[in-house]
Amino acid sequence: MAFYIVQFLTGLASAASLFLVASGLSIIFGVTRIVNFAHGAFYMLGAYVAFTLTERFSGAFGFWGGIVVAALAVAAIGVLVEMVLLRRIYHSPELFQLLATFGLTLMVEDLVVLIWGPDDLVGRRAPGFKGAIDFFGQNIPSYDLFLIVLGPVVLGVLWLLFQRTRWGVLVRAATQDRDMVAALGVNQKWLFTSVFALGVFLAALGGALQIPRDAVNHAMDLRVIVEVFVVVVIGGLGSIIGAFVAAVLVSELNAFGILIFPKISIILVFLVMAVVLIVRPWGLFGKPEAPARRTPGLTVNPWRPLTMNERLAAIAVLVVAAALPFVAGNYVLTVGSEIAIFVIFAVSLHFLMSVGGLASFGHAAYFGLGAYGVALLAKMAGLPMIACLLLGPLLGLLGAAVFGFFAVQLSGVYFAMLTLAFAQIVWSIAFQWVSVTGGDNGILGVWPEKWAASPSHFYWLSLGIAALAVVILRIIVFSPFGFALRATRDSPLRSEAVGINGKRIQWTAFVIAGTVAGLAGALFAYLKGSVFPDNMGISLSVDALVMVLLGGVETVSGAVVGAIVYKALNIWLVSQTDWSKLVLGGFVVLIVVAFPKGIVGTLEAFLHRRRKSSSAASPVLTSRIETAE
Amino acid sequence: MKLTVKDLNSFYGPAHILFDIALEVGEGEVVALLGRNGAGKSTTFRSIVGLVENRSGRVMFEGRDVSELPTHAIVRGGLGYVPEERRIFTDLTVEENLEVGRQPKRPGAPQWDRDKLFKLFPNLGEMRGRPGGRMSGGEQQMLTIARTLMGNPSLVLLDEPSEGLSPKIVEQMVDAILAMKKEGVSIVVSEQNLHFARLISDRAYIIERGRICFGGTMAELDARPDIRDAHLSL
Repeated sequence: MAFYIVQFLTGLASAASLFLVASGLSIIFGVTRIVNFAHGAFYMLGAYVAFTLTERFSGAFGFWGGIVVAALAVAAIGVLVEMVLLRRIYHSPELFQLLATFGLTLMVEDLVVLIWGPDDLVGRRAPGFKGAIDFFGQNIPSYDLFLIVLGPVVLGVLWLLFQRTRWGVLVRAATQDRDMVAALGVNQKWLFTSVFALGVFLAALGGALQIPRDAVNHAMDLRVIVEVFVVVVIGGLGSIIGAFVAAVLVSELNAFGILIFPKISIILVFLVMAVVLIVRPWGLFGKPEAPARRTPGLTVNPWRPLTMNERLAAIAVLVVAAALPFVAGNYVLTVGSEIAIFVIFAVSLHFLMSVGGLASFGHAAYFGLGAYGVALLAKMAGLPMIACLLLGPLLGLLGAAVFGFFAVQLSGVYFAMLTLAFAQIVWSIAFQWVSVTGGDNGILGVWPEKWAASPSHFYWLSLGIAALAVVILRIIVFSPFGFALRATRDSPLRSEAVGINGKRIQWTAFVIAGTVAGLAGALFAYLKGSVFPDNMGISLSVDALVMVLLGGVETVSGAVVGAIVYKALNIWLVSQTDWSKLVLGGFVVLIVVAFPKGIVGTLEAFLHRRRKSSSAASPVLTSRIETAE
Repeated sequence: MKLTVKDLNSFYGPAHILFDIALEVGEGEVVALLGRNGAGKSTTFRSIVGLVENRSGRVMFEGRDVSELPTHAIVRGGLGYVPEERRIFTDLTVEENLEVGRQPKRPGAPQWDRDKLFKLFPNLGEMRGRPGGRMSGGEQQMLTIARTLMGNPSLVLLDEPSEGLSPKIVEQMVDAILAMKKEGVSIVVSEQNLHFARLISDRAYIIERGRICFGGTMAELDARPDIRDAHLSL
């Protein structure tokens, strides 16, 4: 019995830090409507800075002072980020905000390695809380007891701040209607900045307080951000009480899950989250959200199929690409195959995002499922390659059918967070289920058969499938199904009013996108000859998002160009620098801020303007559509 | 002049909504902006306080050009705005809603505080702790006006204050607006209801399809039934 109580208390102690970080994320989202992906990075920075300060200054004053100063210093960095970066993108679609803050996360990950080195750092114990208390023969670290008390204290302070101060009243008002707050004479800019500073302060404090319990390392940001997403989704975005209850719930699930179901401890939390989302999609303490703002794919220039000339041009480009093996060597052909595979992957996400208006942050899950599908079929069942290529993606289809069913019940940031969480489940399974997936060691020796083994043959195979995927997806865009999907994207209410079953249409789109991504993964497994859990990791999901963004969200097939440019740049970059995350993160932030239309989108806008000025066509029709909103 | 608007043009996306709007409001005057649904009344107000991003023209308030200022700065200068959709903070109590609107005292402008407003709107005084979401439409309308008055404005833009209210509440609204006028607040009130406008206004403008097509005293408007019938639905 005593053992279980101690386990319970350990869970409560872990909940304290989680609550600090989650409440910060919730407060920031409430007012600015930005889901701050970089929140984990601020948590990690808090831990690193506190480590340095507490090592440098001795004594109790040095320790506690170091922790508070670290949180304040990171909050100051947060203010800088808000003023320089976020102020430019408050009115952008959610996707851009998520991506920009994710780019920031990537940069911070490399920066901390640059400054503090790649090794784990073990911090000091807290002065005054070094010992343990005996509880019926079980030891409870006294620092844990301190944290258990701290959680509710912080909750109480935040409650007072929001209920009893003018600042708190303004923040709560802005959470509901920020334009009205401005129309009453309140300067939103500083309100947003102060809210962001408070949120980052809480995250950094959460990180700093972890140093007596855990080693500081450069991967703690992603670990915590996934947990925090789960907490805020369960508790309800924007609710501080919700963050507290959900933090306790998640921490206890972790503490007991490892005792009761050691095999599935990682996915237990996600299962609970899925249940909560089905019963209350806005979380236990959240409120139903107003429909999302402008979805990413919404566009003023209507889409149209290619003209005959454009079709001929596309075929010409394909013929030129197919001629590559006659001039290029094996290395270039392998790179070419990889690019073709990522074209398939990117267009599948583009289909879901731009046509379906659903920005998935976990699309790599279906890519990885396709890859694992092939690897398992080839290694365990020993099926021939053609059969594997046809059946492997079915695992992606299956995953998309199951997860997609839940995911399309939500929209906007909730959709993004849920897809990310699902991808983490799939990743965890691949990582933990060693007997089947080989865990971290992956599955090796998945080689193509003789007819496809040579680089040129494999290149043609990849190119052919990529061309097929692009054409099929384009046909779907301009099919009745595609119209219904776009109608649902642009106005869920109106499309429902004309009899479209929006959820089912979106679910179908999700399954199509997942299957095509699975196909890309299947080819990828053969290209590399192996599969690893990283084939479904977050960074791969983000790669896909960047490709789509780079090509142009508002275009029909911009992802093709985005994938080619991005993948080529990426392969080149990794060979050139050790700090690829830093460069990549900076690149992501730069496109979001300076280049939000992407390559193809910018070109289209340019051509559109030229056509308009030459023919002087009146924009009456589009303006009518705009005013109708 | 308290407020002078000149050559105001506004756009939503590529659509041109307001065309060369010109308005004048004198010190302590109540001016009605009349027009049908969709004529551009709300857009005019939103453009004056800077809530429409794409606009051009000049807005002079108390002799100062405010057309380049952000919304909060315009409002802080003493130009209050009461939106059409009320936009009460539903999670906040009556007193908290008023707190959001509170601004420092402004020399030369009529001054308001909670107690004075509760006298003007007695209903609100009886429900100080009630969340805005649990009030009737009429009470919410009172609260939006009170909330804007907490900023001690010298001029208020009132967007369709009588819309959707019962006749009895409309009567109270007339009294409240006349009381505001007596305190010295200049008011521009947008209306579809000529009868309501007549009870409170000194002068009127008529707006139709984004253009001002009449401006004059209420007596001048009454002398032109042709204009009234062409541009207002009665």
